[in-house]
Amino acid sequence: MMRYRKGDGERSSLFTRRALLLGGAQVVLLSALAGRLYQLQVIETQRFSTLAEENRINLRLLPPSRGLILDRTGQPLAVNRNNFRAMATSDRGRGVDVLVERLDQIFSLGETEKTRLLRELRRSRNAQPVVVRENLGWEEVARLEFNAPDLPGVFIDLGQTRDYPEGELMSHIIGYTGRVADEDLAGRDDPVLQLATMRFGKKGVERSLEDSIRGRAGAVQVEVNAVGRVVRELDRTEGQPGSNALLTIDLDLQRFVADRVKEHQSGSVVVMDVITGDVLAMVSTPGFDPNTFARGITQGEWRELLDSPERPLHNKSIAGVYPPGSTYKMVTALAALESKAIEPWTRLPCAGHLELGNIKFHCWLKGGHGSTNVVEAIAQSCDCFFYEAARKAGIDRIADVGNRLGFGRISDLGLPGESAGIQPSRAWKQEKLGKPWQHGDTFNLGIGQGFMNATPLQLAIMTARIANGGYEVQPNLLLASATPREELVPPKPRDKPSASSLRFNPQNIALIREGMIQVVAGGTASHLRIDGKGKLVEPQFKFAGKTGTAQVKRITERERDMGITQDQLPWHLRHHALFVCFGPVDNPRYACAVIIEHGKAGGATAGPIGRDVLLEVMKRDPSRRTDGFRKMASR
Amino acid sequence: MSLALDAPAPIGFGEKIWRINWGLVLVLTAIAAIGVVALYSAAGGRFEPWAARHAMRYGAAFGLMLVVALIHPKVWLMLAWPIYVVSMLLLVAVDVVGKIGMGAQRWLVVGPMQIQPSEIAKVAVILVLARYYHGLRKEKASKFLYTLPPLAVILAPVALVMVQPDLGTAMMVLLGGGALLFVAGVRLWMFLAAGIAAVGCLPIAWSFMHEYQRKRVLTFLDPDSDPLGAGYHITQSKIAIGSGGLFGKGFLKGTQSSLNFLPEKQTDFIFTTFVEEWGMAGALVLLALFALVLVWGFSIALRSQHHFGRLVALGVTAMMFLYVFINTAMVMGVLPVVGVPLPLVSNGGTAMVSVMFACGLLIGVNVYRDAQLPRAR
Repeated sequence: MMRYRKGDGERSSLFTRRALLLGGAQVVLLSALAGRLYQLQVIETQRFSTLAEENRINLRLLPPSRGLILDRTGQPLAVNRNNFRAMATSDRGRGVDVLVERLDQIFSLGETEKTRLLRELRRSRNAQPVVVRENLGWEEVARLEFNAPDLPGVFIDLGQTRDYPEGELMSHIIGYTGRVADEDLAGRDDPVLQLATMRFGKKGVERSLEDSIRGRAGAVQVEVNAVGRVVRELDRTEGQPGSNALLTIDLDLQRFVADRVKEHQSGSVVVMDVITGDVLAMVSTPGFDPNTFARGITQGEWRELLDSPERPLHNKSIAGVYPPGSTYKMVTALAALESKAIEPWTRLPCAGHLELGNIKFHCWLKGGHGSTNVVEAIAQSCDCFFYEAARKAGIDRIADVGNRLGFGRISDLGLPGESAGIQPSRAWKQEKLGKPWQHGDTFNLGIGQGFMNATPLQLAIMTARIANGGYEVQPNLLLASATPREELVPPKPRDKPSASSLRFNPQNIALIREGMIQVVAGGTASHLRIDGKGKLVEPQFKFAGKTGTAQVKRITERERDMGITQDQLPWHLRHHALFVCFGPVDNPRYACAVIIEHGKAGGATAGPIGRDVLLEVMKRDPSRRTDGFRKMASR
Repeated sequence: MSLALDAPAPIGFGEKIWRINWGLVLVLTAIAAIGVVALYSAAGGRFEPWAARHAMRYGAAFGLMLVVALIHPKVWLMLAWPIYVVSMLLLVAVDVVGKIGMGAQRWLVVGPMQIQPSEIAKVAVILVLARYYHGLRKEKASKFLYTLPPLAVILAPVALVMVQPDLGTAMMVLLGGGALLFVAGVRLWMFLAAGIAAVGCLPIAWSFMHEYQRKRVLTFLDPDSDPLGAGYHITQSKIAIGSGGLFGKGFLKGTQSSLNFLPEKQTDFIFTTFVEEWGMAGALVLLALFALVLVWGFSIALRSQHHFGRLVALGVTAMMFLYVFINTAMVMGVLPVVGVPLPLVSNGGTAMVSVMFACGLLIGVNVYRDAQLPRAR
């Protein structure tokens, strides 16, 4: 028996000693753990509680609904439509490849969309949702719901998409919206712009009114789980919808104008109220369908728009620049009269051409007009009279009057992309071309050719300022803007411009207007008074105007001798046809500028359109109407 | 000394039942009950899928523990080597299957059961070492030459487990075996030498590790370096524990676990789930229960009349301690995340069975504390 126990006492006591040592070490280590617990749960508990709350609570922005855009009679131009879209969140980029493959099976996304989605899902931090596909149909929604168990993190979200019921008709004025770009964020710290679903005005009024029609975001505090899925709502602050905008445009007039301009390949018309500056119609053809941008334009559609020679994306009314040709003669005449270079009774001769050194300056009438005064010269559009009047007045005075009538500068319209055109002057030529001003330049400017460049809007502004007696009226597109909660009071109709006077001699303005009246009464546009059947057109509405034909290509002496007509030239080399007009003559209210690109002759092509538009606007008299305010208030 | 005192009469069945440490059994049951509570909460206030099964598993393992406790130590003395050999064969099998399956494989599927051989190996190492030193005189036990066989016994499963790769289990076997060698009387200088050798072997261990394990070690050293990537687990666990505060957020009110910010909340991170809701108070109660188990373990070891019993009891106690310490230290960001469950609390069958089996052995030592065991050759 002792065999079993021999030496056991010794190793037992060694065991006991070492076991107690081991036990002691365990006590120390467990105490260290308790110390760590104390550090985490007592000393640093505040910090960790905050972190846990930040984990749990997620502030989500509620995108505001974008303000509506209406025409002056209250008809909708830009509205919001419900849009079911598929959104996806990812748990720190895990399982994204499988998810995108499954989504591709459901929606057939295509390679480019798949790469975009993969990139956005991987990049998305804090589990912010990413847009998979927009404008889902019922069938697509159903398919998504059916496959929901295989699509973790995918959900359907009801958002809003912009809808433009008038499509192409209002495309250049309204513009369109698109995804928020980096440059859109400059100077704007509105956090709602960070949302993937947010849209931003890219062109037109959508752009210029962006900051007021966007509205203010609401916010909802939600509890989220680790994959970002909302568990419950904790708090909600409603946002403020964007302001609705009532434009000065009269939609029915706009449609009338567009129908007329579309008879030609490419052109532009601007109709203005000469007292208030309200732009009543502004057409540039061809246009584009902004709805294709709202739903997401394809590469092909985009290329087609860019490559078209008629430049449908280009708003010719404000960004197209043309030599004004004879429509500029009012500026030359006014400058000569204001500077007393000529008097109302001064008569200047015309023999068909004028010579300066060895250069010949031709009048459009080969045989010449004989001797004319300023009113007759405007009525007959005698080039020689204006060469001489320009020479007498001098470049500085012409440029000054041109600037005062609105040339060479951007107006207050506010649409993006407006061009300043060119009102040439000594300083301008020196700066741009590094050459001194020549007498020949003055001759060319006198008839609106040479360096001179103007937009249709500028021609309308010039006409309006002459028509209203010399007031610095500015074009205006926005009649009123208000959030749905604000009360709208229509302004009292005005009959006198509130703009400041340009300080022209009223008698000189009256003379110019008389010249323009004579253009229609017996001058270059007298054919406009009579319709196709030889009957007087609407004799109760009298109007005044000025034709213009702008050279695109210099006419060579050889062509002049051969008598080559415009019809024999290719389209893109033909003259531009211009016509500016205002009415009624006794109490002017509306001004209109028409440009038909390569329309050959102003009186023949642009004239009838100007006349019909002016008669239409005088009959409708949209400036007196205030029903748009009432309709907007009820929305 | 009389023979009668040296060789007490065999004890009866009633006496055996009486000798079972019912207090220890109660503490173990309390820990398992905390596991049920924590798993119920981790499932969002439901018994499914974890809490109910956990309770049932404990019931079954409880029976196993009592059966094991009533088996005479001489049986274990006899079975030590066979169990060890079988567990080694199973470990090799796992490694081979894992190689074929291309990845970390830790279990074998045998019929309806999943067997995790590394859990058997933990117990087998304890039994073999206890048996070895039981049959060794003190003078020999302190000699270097006689330390080589037990070293091989420890390192063989460690190497096999590392290949799987299962860093947590490897550490447990290594440290647990080391503790047994220490109490068995191995000279201290050998531990020093082993420590130095271990530091020298670190680069080799590094080369054995999988990419994700290296990442875990690296992010353990600097968890904030990648808070959304690999450091996510540690960071979120610390947030959960820290935000629990002194008394916790309340039962079923833990946001970190219910909103799934916690990874593996029902297994390795169950301590976090529990502590977020019950605070430091809950954590200390749980740790105190484990400490009670350890105290029982030591007292059983010290009261055993035979060396085999002492060593088995101490080995089981060391294993319990390592489980608890590695797991809780890991979720508190003190040790790297190595994948060691919290015994009797974490969801999972194999660990429960092996821990309860070990506790059965421990209680068995108490039941048969004065048994006379032959020295093995």
